[in-house]
Amino acid sequence: MLEFIFDLITYIFLIIGVFFNLLAGLGLLRFPDVYTRLHAGTKCTTFGSIFITGSVIILGFKMWYLGNTDGSVLAIHTAGALIAILLTNPTGAHAIARAANKSGVKPVGAVVDGLDKSNKKIINDKKEEKK
Amino acid sequence: MIDYFNVYIIVLIALLICVIMAIIRVVRGPTAPDRIVGLDTINTIVISSMVIFGAAFREVIYIDVAIVYALLSFISTLFIAKYLEGGDY
Repeated sequence: MLEFIFDLITYIFLIIGVFFNLLAGLGLLRFPDVYTRLHAGTKCTTFGSIFITGSVIILGFKMWYLGNTDGSVLAIHTAGALIAILLTNPTGAHAIARAANKSGVKPVGAVVDGLDKSNKKIINDKKEEKK
Repeated sequence: MIDYFNVYIIVLIALLICVIMAIIRVVRGPTAPDRIVGLDTINTIVISSMVIFGAAFREVIYIDVAIVYALLSFISTLFIAKYLEGGDY
């Protein structure tokens, strides 16, 4: 019975992970500018990879439960890969977004670039108008 | 139940479709940061597909390779971003 539950959770996690990875590919193709593509391409793949590695960890626990000691090694190493993904992926996304902003790529539909220091006066004027 | 190996082959084909979508973005991307976003996505999908390979063949060495690949691709992404920013290092 417990074996069946392990199998079910593994399949559900695999389906969720593959679905979010497919959404990431679709978002990369369909979104209009760099920042929205970055949003799709990094967040969705991080979430999908969490679920795919989670399914492999549960597979390792199942092998361990059935008496195969290789399962524990599989689970622990996959947890290491999960930690590596979780640490590196958002940091890389942040670096890419910062580089895109500094190399002068504007978001689609942006009127004023709020992060540019020379535009500070325009933004302050607009804020005072709103008050 | 279904055999594990067939399930993992299906998952790998779906991940291959994601990689092909990202490659289309890398080829078509109008600016340089677009291409970097595509490459970063390909890196993450390759890591998860290596983990799936390790589970399909019951070999832990694939997963160790995935860990090292994650750290190295992170460093390469950081340095390409640093290069795009311009200025001195």
